[in-house]
Amino acid sequence: MMEKPVIDRDKCQGCGLCVSVCACGALVIIDNIVTVVDVEECQWCTLCELVCPNGAISCPFEIVIENNQDSA
Amino acid sequence: MVVQVEFLKSVPHFSGLSESELAAIRKYVFEKKAERGELLLFEGEPAEVLYFVAAGAVKIFKTSADGKEQIFHIVRPGESFNDVPVFSGGTSLVSAEAMGAVVLNAIKKSDMAVVLQEYSQVARNVIRVLSQRVQELVMLVEDFSFRRVTSRVAKMLLEYAGDGVGERPRLTQQEMAAMIGTAREMVGRSLKSLEDGGTIRLERNRIIIADQKALREVAGIT
Repeated sequence: MMEKPVIDRDKCQGCGLCVSVCACGALVIIDNIVTVVDVEECQWCTLCELVCPNGAISCPFEIVIENNQDSA
Repeated sequence: MVVQVEFLKSVPHFSGLSESELAAIRKYVFEKKAERGELLLFEGEPAEVLYFVAAGAVKIFKTSADGKEQIFHIVRPGESFNDVPVFSGGTSLVSAEAMGAVVLNAIKKSDMAVVLQEYSQVARNVIRVLSQRVQELVMLVEDFSFRRVTSRVAKMLLEYAGDGVGERPRLTQQEMAAMIGTAREMVGRSLKSLEDGGTIRLERNRIIIADQKALREVAGIT
């Protein structure tokens, strides 16, 4: 399953700045709070996180070590 | 949509002014709209207009000779850009791009000079705005000159890397920045530079350490 940007509903003020910068249309404001609607399209550009003035949306990265050096 | 007195009131440059003063200043201010990706300022061009963001977000950046982009600041509603060269009479120091649909309020340099002459409160406000800008830039200079941010990002990645089994740590760029004491913009740039160097790969929401040995060298761990 594709991961979604994480939204903190308590911090979101519904300003819509994240929606305005989202190039793929994955974000909409519903009942004054941002919601991720179309995860397939989200490219994890993290611009929504960058512009949010309230720190209400986050795009965490998983950090993994590629494990092909031993098996080669 | 016409320029709103209510919006001007929220702009630091015009705070503390009466309704009638704001109404008088509004006559000098005009509206400009832009779409995603539209360039609003070009580095090196004469700075003739001071902009205030009324809606949307604007990216302030510089591009190096080899095409690398460094974001300096994201301008959000109520904030301004192009202040410094407008007041110094120089050319634009940075480029600016609309990150989505934006609405700007703008005032010509010559009109701003008239406003400053007429309303000393605006002059005091502008001093405060420019002083804050200097503080932000000094912090960025500190990052560039004294701290090897890429090296610290590399060290942090090695510390937080999971082995693919068990609990997988997840970090946002904001959290990475807070951990190593730098600006989020610097983390993005460092990750890009590590990816260009082939030590890591960015795959959507995963940072894959492709060359652990090389990354350890960048981090100064031997």
